[in-house]
Amino acid sequence: MAVNKQNSKKTEPLFSDDILLDVKNLRVEFRMKNGIVRAVDDISYQVRRGEFLAVVGESGCGKSVSALSLMRLLSERVATITADHVLFDGIDISRIPMSEMRRLRGRRISMIFQEPMTSLNPVLTIGDQIKEPLITHLSMTEEQAEERAIELMAMVGIPEPKNRLPQYPHQFSGGMRQRVMIAIGLACEPDLIIADEPTTALDVTIQAQILELLKDISQRLGIAVIMITHNLGVVAAYADNVNVMYAAQIIEKGTASDIFAKPAHPYSIGLLRSVPRMDKPRGGRLATIDGLPPNLMNPPTGCRFYARCPMAQDSCSQAEQVLEKTKGSARHETACALSEKALKNGALIYERNVSVQGSSTVDKSGEPLLSVTSLKQEFAVSFRTGWFSSYNGSVKAVDDVSFDIYPGETVGLVGESGCGKTSVGRAILHLNDPTGGEIMFDNISLNKNSIALVRQDMQVIFQDPFSSLNPRMTIGEILEEPLKVHNIESDAEKRSQRISELLVKVGLYPYMSNRYPHELSGGQRQRVGIARALSMEPKLIICDEPVSALDVSVQAQIINLLEDLQRDLGIAYLFIAHDLAVVKHISHKVVVMYLGQIMEVGEGEELYGDPKHPYTQALLDAAPIPDPEIERKRERSILKGELPSPINPPSGCVFSTRCPKAVASCSNTRPELLRVGTDHLASCILLDAG
Amino acid sequence: MTTKTQTNDKAIEKPNRRTVLDFIKQQPLGFIGIVMIIIMFLAAVFAPYVAPYNPEDVDFMASPALGGGQPSIEHPLGADAFGRDILSRLIYGARTALSIGFFSAFFGCSLGAVIGTTSAFFGGKIDLLIQRFIDLMLSFPIVVLAIVVIAIFPKTVMFGIDVNVIVAIAIPFIPKTARVIRSQALAIVTLPYVDAARANGFSAKRIIFRHVLPNVTAPFLIMMTAFIGQAILLEASLSYLGLGVVEPTPSWGLMLSGVNSDYYRTAPWMILYPGVAVSVAVFSFNLFGDSLRDWLDPKLKL
Amino acid sequence: MLQYALRRILLVIPTLIAVAILVFLVLRVVPGDIVEIKMTAEGGIVSQEEIERERERLGLNEPLYKQFISYMVGLPQGDLGISLWTERPVAQEIGSRIALSFELAILSTILAVLIAFPLGTISALYRGTGLDYVIRLLTIGGIAVPSFWLGMLLIMGSISVFGKLPPLGTVSLFEDPLTNLYQLIWPALSVGYRYSSVVARMLRSSILEVLSEDYIRTARAKGVLERLVIVKHGMRNALLPTVTVIGLEFAFLLGGLVVTESVFNLNGIGKLFVDSVVRNDLNLLQGLVLTVATCFVFVNLIVDLLYAALDPRIRYQK
Repeated sequence: MAVNKQNSKKTEPLFSDDILLDVKNLRVEFRMKNGIVRAVDDISYQVRRGEFLAVVGESGCGKSVSALSLMRLLSERVATITADHVLFDGIDISRIPMSEMRRLRGRRISMIFQEPMTSLNPVLTIGDQIKEPLITHLSMTEEQAEERAIELMAMVGIPEPKNRLPQYPHQFSGGMRQRVMIAIGLACEPDLIIADEPTTALDVTIQAQILELLKDISQRLGIAVIMITHNLGVVAAYADNVNVMYAAQIIEKGTASDIFAKPAHPYSIGLLRSVPRMDKPRGGRLATIDGLPPNLMNPPTGCRFYARCPMAQDSCSQAEQVLEKTKGSARHETACALSEKALKNGALIYERNVSVQGSSTVDKSGEPLLSVTSLKQEFAVSFRTGWFSSYNGSVKAVDDVSFDIYPGETVGLVGESGCGKTSVGRAILHLNDPTGGEIMFDNISLNKNSIALVRQDMQVIFQDPFSSLNPRMTIGEILEEPLKVHNIESDAEKRSQRISELLVKVGLYPYMSNRYPHELSGGQRQRVGIARALSMEPKLIICDEPVSALDVSVQAQIINLLEDLQRDLGIAYLFIAHDLAVVKHISHKVVVMYLGQIMEVGEGEELYGDPKHPYTQALLDAAPIPDPEIERKRERSILKGELPSPINPPSGCVFSTRCPKAVASCSNTRPELLRVGTDHLASCILLDAG
Repeated sequence: MTTKTQTNDKAIEKPNRRTVLDFIKQQPLGFIGIVMIIIMFLAAVFAPYVAPYNPEDVDFMASPALGGGQPSIEHPLGADAFGRDILSRLIYGARTALSIGFFSAFFGCSLGAVIGTTSAFFGGKIDLLIQRFIDLMLSFPIVVLAIVVIAIFPKTVMFGIDVNVIVAIAIPFIPKTARVIRSQALAIVTLPYVDAARANGFSAKRIIFRHVLPNVTAPFLIMMTAFIGQAILLEASLSYLGLGVVEPTPSWGLMLSGVNSDYYRTAPWMILYPGVAVSVAVFSFNLFGDSLRDWLDPKLKL
Repeated sequence: MLQYALRRILLVIPTLIAVAILVFLVLRVVPGDIVEIKMTAEGGIVSQEEIERERERLGLNEPLYKQFISYMVGLPQGDLGISLWTERPVAQEIGSRIALSFELAILSTILAVLIAFPLGTISALYRGTGLDYVIRLLTIGGIAVPSFWLGMLLIMGSISVFGKLPPLGTVSLFEDPLTNLYQLIWPALSVGYRYSSVVARMLRSSILEVLSEDYIRTARAKGVLERLVIVKHGMRNALLPTVTVIGLEFAFLLGGLVVTESVFNLNGIGKLFVDSVVRNDLNLLQGLVLTVATCFVFVNLIVDLLYAALDPRIRYQK
């Protein structure tokens, strides 16, 4: 299991001044039922040969649309694309006839999309789909195309390419499918690859593999890459240059160092300060940007960030903001009249939203509130074949997991998909009855029957704000229901008052109780979910990926809210998530899981600062930090291989198949959790110091 | 720093709730459909006032057998073999069509919805059993099922409506609805807000009635309107075969049965108008149902 | 694929058994004494004694379980009992007529598919144009118009245009194929209109849905020719739900035939159906229902196998 060390690539990129793509005043308008939405509003930028450009922004800012419009992949019935020019190697691709555009697609410009699961045709073989651009553009014969396809699959790191060519997409994992997409994109050796959120749907370790691959190809073959993303860590780690978009406009652009070290637009500053950092100590509130992005059907005049900007002045709303060169840099441009001031005072302008209050400490003198011992959750798996079922197996989603949560403590549960973290939460809540182990909550042993006693003290918040609220009930009805069922307030008047209080506590307005969920934004809905959990005055809230579906700035608001509530009400949290930085920021203690088992447990600082288990180390290595300076100096060891199937886990240590430090005996016995520090446990036989 | 005067919080603006007027604007075809349905309904209810004749008034002088019966001022749509006015019989026939159509669709779909939801919610062995039974019932074509029920059900008339026909038509709809509603309910039962309800300790009854069923109403309504159309068609077919309602109950299908092939040439209006009535009725319900689906949830696959 | 096919085929057996049992049980509930009806049909009064003797002769007085056993034993041998009305073997009654209904069903299906595929595809690809609206209106009409009425209209039309009735009657396919087809084309058309409408609608919505999928966008991003995008990438996927609908509608068709055969005076099993109900001929009805259900089970089997042939996700289940 060789480790792939890359540490010399972070030198200043040597691309020529040869401009490959020159976009000037690109505008995209969508015709909707009640008006026209200008999703991209006169943006201009340039990309040089071999450059790695990241386009960053939150949802709705227009970044994806701008990429699709370059390739003219938007349906002409709904979208109108106009531009002064979009010069690709001298050709204005916004004006050429579609037949010529088609010839460029896949040949000189390729695109990789976000969802590997749905981006490949399920009824055609992988081989077919890779050979297609070769046959279409390069007029290769079947044999030639077959050879090249095998070459490409090897280039993108797919093992046994010859055997896998005749297979179908559903037989590949997500990461593998994304590699296939890259292979397709590379097939005709394009000059430019556009990648639209290529790793958002993938696990952290797989994400690292894919991005390293992309960067490597870009550098070796001199291919320019435009990457659309909302993940600032990824930008810092891989991008040469950055375009920051907000409300259909580019509000700042420059090199990665410029943007991260010296942001000059209040939005960029806010964005950067609202991202939790793995390399910063726990505690302290994240900066938050108030409000929501503007409605693009009716955009405000002047600066679009005006309504949310902490340093805005009235003049900002009157004049259109244009990109102007920032002081002291050749490539750094900002669209803000007050950019000089922002540059100087960057750290302070969000100060009123941020105040370090010190991390709350946990009282461990008494009994733990929740004590999970040897928890097991097994699911039967069978493929329906009718009257005679054939395949019957089982998946050990949770395989002997133990940990404690003390009153007022936040325990973070982190891991990649299939690690069982969500199943742990559901087992504790008895949404699925656990198949083994013991759960003690508030000195009551939990089982199917006793769970009803503690329902009020143990609540839950879910990941998806869209489906965690009943669309047919108003907010008021949703919040009132638990109060009614559990007879908390006897009359309607008191209940109504209680609901108003709850809404205010989570940062919403009382009149919202008459609204329906679809009339609120994602962040607001999540707050309602929190209010619903709070209504029972619980002692423990199980948070199942509560911020994963939210934009970065909204995420910060919710994290701050949860921390405030913990400080005020002493609630304990089981915080389940896959984002390592978020988990570190909010948790006291962190549990790392893999394939249903605990790999390592420890206090946040210690675990992140000195990880003992090879999996934890790999996980932390794979997660990029939003700071180009740090990323440049990092030695990254990329974990190889795919996640094993949970139906057939590896014997002995479940991580042994991918572990860079594995030895023969690792596949014999399952390691026990050993003490490797104060309150720090890890399950790896190599750590047994005796 | 001057205070900002603008806020763009989406929820502070007044919510944009869709109204009936919006439906009319955005789904013009559906609007036409519902208008036609209302017209038919009113004609059926006020039949005694709207129809020029009593549907059973016989007048042999006007019969095509004696060379008469053409559409004229006295008989706008002509007269049938017994000289009965076709227009009046059509209007009274609407009563049969709409009542049988509605009740059979309603009972069939409601029962099917309850079965489907229960099956989805309880899962496990109950679900498996119910599913098998549904599969079994779906092994028979609709008409065949209806005919079998007609065969075994004695003719029962309550309030002037043929209940056995209603039951016969309703029964094929039960497994069809159950299957569709079951898959909808299954999707809902796995949604987080149902998990939240369970985590809040709500009873199964509350969850089914307050959380699952209300979210199944959209597909239910759409299916029901489509099935009313099917029911009308089925009633016409059964009556044509002599297996549905019988004389003297007026029914469009019945008006088409037993038409001597001679009349094809001499009295085409006897065949034309009842069929047009059936087609228009079913058409209206289909139009309305399609628009309802587009309005409530275009992504719905039924 | 072979494994899936075998499993799927084996599934048919218990289904058929269940169907047979269900049919047996349900039809025992029939009220009215067939013997009495039959004997009084000629007019005149019949004594209770004579009725009893007749029942004895026809084996209707046996205990239920004995009837059930002889029923189940006879089935695999093709023995569907004796028609209580004509006293000929049910299998014979059905057998002499089923060929016709079967042929009509096949003809209608071919017609429907031939019409629906181009119409549905055009409607989808030229969505929003006048052509699309016309086709959609036609297809909505197809679902609304009763097929038996359409048959009557066709007859009427033929009278007024050609001045004569279309050839009604039945000549066997093997004796005189041309006349046979000429005779059957009319009922096939009247049934086919509805059938093709349903299929066209499904095809249309299926194509539209497929064309909005991500992998179509990928194909376009690869620079594949538009017509290849639609045909190679789109159609294969759009066919999947369409094939299912064709199968389902075939079942409805079997029912629709019941009515259409009356209009055109065809001597198929549809007519037999109606007769058996009117005369309370239990055994015949039972045999008919069984036959139809069996056909349907096999149609479902074919559809499932076709689906598996088209969709690799079903063929290769990990």
